[in-house]
Amino acid sequence: MKKIEIHTFSELLSLGKTPEILFWVGCAGSFDERAKKITKAFANILNQANVSFAVLGSEEGCTGDPAKRAGNEFLFQMQALSNIEILNGYNIKKIVTTCPHCFNTLKNEYPELGGEYEVMHHTQFLKSLLNEGRLKVSRGAFKGKRITFHDPCYLGRANNIYEAPRDVLEKLDVELSEMKSCKQKGLCCGAGGAQMFKDAEPGNQEINIKRTEEALDTKPDIIAAGCPFCNTMLTDGIKNKKREKSVQVLDIAELINQASEL
Amino acid sequence: MISILPNILFSLIFIFAIFYFLRNVKKIYRNINLGIKEDRSDNKKQRWVQMLRIAFGQSKMIDKPIVGILHIVVYIGFLVINIELLEIVVDGFLGTHRVFAPFLGSFYNFLIAFFEFFALLVIISIIFFWSRRNILKIKRFWNTEMKGWPKSDADNILYIEVLLMLLFLTMNGADLWLQNNAYQLNYVTAGSFPVSQFLIPLFENLSVNTVFIIERTAWWLHIIGILFFLNYLYYSKHLHILLAFPNTYFANLNFKGKFSNLKSVTNEVKMMMDPSIDPFSAPVIEEVSKFGASDVFDLSWIQLLNAYTCTECGRCTSECPASQTGKKLSPRKIMMDTRDRLEEVGKNIDKNNGEFKPDGKQLLENHISNEELWACTSCNACVEACPIGIDPLSIIIDMRRYLVMEKSAAPSELNNMMTNIENNGAPWPFNQMDKLNWKNEL
Repeated sequence: MKKIEIHTFSELLSLGKTPEILFWVGCAGSFDERAKKITKAFANILNQANVSFAVLGSEEGCTGDPAKRAGNEFLFQMQALSNIEILNGYNIKKIVTTCPHCFNTLKNEYPELGGEYEVMHHTQFLKSLLNEGRLKVSRGAFKGKRITFHDPCYLGRANNIYEAPRDVLEKLDVELSEMKSCKQKGLCCGAGGAQMFKDAEPGNQEINIKRTEEALDTKPDIIAAGCPFCNTMLTDGIKNKKREKSVQVLDIAELINQASEL
Repeated sequence: MISILPNILFSLIFIFAIFYFLRNVKKIYRNINLGIKEDRSDNKKQRWVQMLRIAFGQSKMIDKPIVGILHIVVYIGFLVINIELLEIVVDGFLGTHRVFAPFLGSFYNFLIAFFEFFALLVIISIIFFWSRRNILKIKRFWNTEMKGWPKSDADNILYIEVLLMLLFLTMNGADLWLQNNAYQLNYVTAGSFPVSQFLIPLFENLSVNTVFIIERTAWWLHIIGILFFLNYLYYSKHLHILLAFPNTYFANLNFKGKFSNLKSVTNEVKMMMDPSIDPFSAPVIEEVSKFGASDVFDLSWIQLLNAYTCTECGRCTSECPASQTGKKLSPRKIMMDTRDRLEEVGKNIDKNNGEFKPDGKQLLENHISNEELWACTSCNACVEACPIGIDPLSIIIDMRRYLVMEKSAAPSELNNMMTNIENNGAPWPFNQMDKLNWKNEL
């Protein structure tokens, strides 16, 4: 197994190398204990598949997504403009990110402000690595496991990407079962629109519990996620239902990392 | 002379009804234009396709297959029976009877049969719709915002439609009886009546004169009913039968995740971030009175058109995660509140000679509460669910913008999150310099 190497854009440029791809790690991926595991899994995959990539490290600021959804357009645009200055400074063309919120913001909201890049969600990128044969998975690793995929709102409805994550899961020879509400009708995990950072308004149930119940109805061994925030919400839901011993919540990058023939 | 009295009466009623309707259309147009300008003149071809697919083709109604198909039946019924309406209006003006029959020959028989067939299907569909509302009591029709007028409005529409169809069939049935029995009247024989023929036994023991009166009464009530219904639209959620077309034409074509970037903010932020710009020599940017929306004047005309188009079906609310888990937010209520406030503003303008006189009220607080706005997860389920391209989420976000940027009224946890982003580039209190620390854990 190859040693994992992580370089920043500035390091590589000083060596005269220009990486093809920027891995946008995101704040959750950098600081949240659970999400960091996803970051490491994806970084490992990129290394093993010999992808020429780099990160921004301390030069990466929040995309501004939670500020924008909370209504703070000032803060969003300040974040956006300073990020764009850095991205354009490195002449970055292609970005891959493990967070659908960063993905959506970079892809849809930065162009008008002067930041035009080809932006991919990591499930799309994994799909292309698998299709090109740059990445191979052993079909045995999760054979026969029941998996259900939770559509992140900012990947699915927000950007119409429903198939890439499912295509990746199918390569694993698992038994994929869909929840009652999925794809266009997928129920939110409850974290979007800056809800991640506040308590919910009064109601009769937490959204993540409702979504966890829908997931558990499919009798899964694994709930697959494609977003660090959905991951947190569903993991909390599983703990609330005291099912953490029998059901795992894993990101697609983690599943592929575990199954890859590296 | 007496023989043209009905024609004169008809002409007066018809002209009055159309005049009154157009007067109200003008008000709707004026009210929608109270909104902020937003250019949607782009991508004409794509917009036509979207309108044809979603409004004309009803593609999103099929998401719920049974009601979707029944809705299409009522919709086609509405379209085809309008062709019959044309004849009724010409007959009304000229005092003729079944004026198209001689021109269309046997095709006329086919048309009348076709209309009758659809009239029956419409009645069946409406009985089904009524039962869903009032017997099955489908949850989304009974939310709190549906109490009072919205509930009776929904039922009224169904009653009026059934009544119109019954009058149409009675008129035809009586007409068929007269065609067979009223030899002395030199009665026009035309049409084919596969449904209303079953009404014939009702007229069996009646005199020609009585049946003639029944036929005329049904004819008059039918056309007056239609003209009444046309004017009822202005006061009703049923406006969607007209506005669904422009609404889907002008609906958002971008990815749903793309929220608007406020241009006024961009200018200020650029000025703030670039020390080389001299704020005094910079071109004067049009004074922005306000960031975000607290009243209908701050919304775009698209959002106001959305409000008039909403038919209160509640598909948005039944898909909303906040609503499903008992929070106060209901995307349908956001649209209904916007229309209520807009109509209130419209009446104010009517009363004050075309000028809006501040009434101390606004959309925020008087209609929509902060609690509703902060319950939204921005998941786009409501936007996806709407069968006619309404976007409640954009209104929620615009109102949050007002709360945050004008009133600094975000929940305190969100203020913490935003302070963190401002100070250390992440929503949590971690140092940006530590952003790559995960690398050391590999």
